[in-house]
Amino acid sequence: MTEAKTQEKTYPAPQGNPETMPFWEAAKEGRFLIKRCKACGEAHYFPRAICPFCFSDKTEWEQASGEGEIYTYSLMRKSATGPYAIGYVKLKEGPAVQTNFVDCDLGALKIGQKVKVVFKPTDGAPLPFFTPA
Amino acid sequence: MTIKGKAYIAGIYEHPTRHAPDKSTAQLHAEVAKGALEDAGLTIADVDGYFCAGDAPGGAWPMVDYLGLDTGKLRHIDSTETGGCSYIIHIGHAAEAIAAGKCSVALVTLAGKPRTSVMPPRAAGAEVDFEAAYGATTHNAYGMCAMRHMHDYGTTSEQLAWIKVAASHHAQYNPHAMLKDVVTVEDVLNSPMISDPLHRMDCCVVTDGGGALIVTTPEIARSLKKPLVRLIGHGEAMKGPRGGKNLDLTYSAGVWSGPPAFEEAGVTPKDIKYASIYDSFTITVLMQLEDLGFCKKGEGGKFVADGNLISGVGKLPFNTDGGGLCSNHPVNRGGMTKILEAVRQLRGEAHPKVQVPNCDLALVHGTGGLLGVRHAASTAVLERV
Repeated sequence: MTEAKTQEKTYPAPQGNPETMPFWEAAKEGRFLIKRCKACGEAHYFPRAICPFCFSDKTEWEQASGEGEIYTYSLMRKSATGPYAIGYVKLKEGPAVQTNFVDCDLGALKIGQKVKVVFKPTDGAPLPFFTPA
Repeated sequence: MTIKGKAYIAGIYEHPTRHAPDKSTAQLHAEVAKGALEDAGLTIADVDGYFCAGDAPGGAWPMVDYLGLDTGKLRHIDSTETGGCSYIIHIGHAAEAIAAGKCSVALVTLAGKPRTSVMPPRAAGAEVDFEAAYGATTHNAYGMCAMRHMHDYGTTSEQLAWIKVAASHHAQYNPHAMLKDVVTVEDVLNSPMISDPLHRMDCCVVTDGGGALIVTTPEIARSLKKPLVRLIGHGEAMKGPRGGKNLDLTYSAGVWSGPPAFEEAGVTPKDIKYASIYDSFTITVLMQLEDLGFCKKGEGGKFVADGNLISGVGKLPFNTDGGGLCSNHPVNRGGMTKILEAVRQLRGEAHPKVQVPNCDLALVHGTGGLLGVRHAASTAVLERV
């Protein structure tokens, strides 16, 4: 059906802010962080200072495995910068992460497929993407 | 406290244009406001409440000034912005304000020109660094929902196509519809894939234009000449990934906006004779019908198939103006036109070929934002008195 492959694209540099800077600093070292709440035990993404589940401020950074599976995706075929596949990954640790799938045959993606994080460079900190494991 | 029966929709107007290179956006707002006031039999001097959303150039204060509303009289202003369903939320808020005595003639306007001018980007939230690079658009955000719905429930592209087919059957009778040709399931499946699994014909039109309406008190409505249409139930809700826990894109915030609206109205989905259902994409309609309880979750595909949404053919006539899929989706915001067609049905002013006989109870439901990312929903139950 489709021979669509990931194109080399340029991505906007994350601006960062005091709340999220540790995430981007870790990304520069190739580490993918999530936040976990010490009060309720739940992990969440994207990272917040206050837990979105119990509203405790006892949230801590945690290095995630970077592994998960595709919850859903859609291959966007009409795009000025070429086709791309947006989707959500459910991490092993629980939270779902919005992302693009890269470095693979975009026409062969499947819900439930195992994927792992891969960082792509920007003019600032690198951005997390996912690719088949 | 309830808004049931406390507010009436006394004036409606849908701009006939679908392409307006020769008009300004503010002008379109003024033209639809004028049309709705004339339809009601009221004047701009009667307006003491004003509602607009993100499409109003500069927001409420420049619009109030530009329109020339009497600022000595204006005493209620609401610029709640929830994308395409803003106007469904507005009529609920207008009813609350009217019930509380805060205004008596509320004007709600929508207008814009996505075909002939560049739309401003959606304002970014705290998620921007974690999402902006991934290119979520309406097409792929709704595509992600459709993909998962197919995976979980076996929904098919053929079933989704029936929604477009039904809309096209209605649009053929609307002289202002952008797309008037009746299409088949095969036509939809053969149209180019835009963002899997959504084809071009699963997507709504992009149109310039707008619409406006007047919400007023029972007393004022009765003093006017139009058939009486009142709001008897209303709900609003929001949904998002909320930290990514238990992400489920197969249902919308309609599961929360619908039940309180039905409960307030004292009716159930079975009682509804006509439904205006937001149709940015075919999947939007299917999910919302399930979420509102017209069928069980996962059975939307079966429910919409075989013409069940076609007026005079199926059990639930929907979007008899041709909806966003065929007629009009002004400013990429379909909530206003959903209300307008429901009022036409209740007044008996829909096209005779699609008018539901003795239509005295209608539902309006819409979403705003991106169904697959974060969105709002609003439900309104309208009754002819």
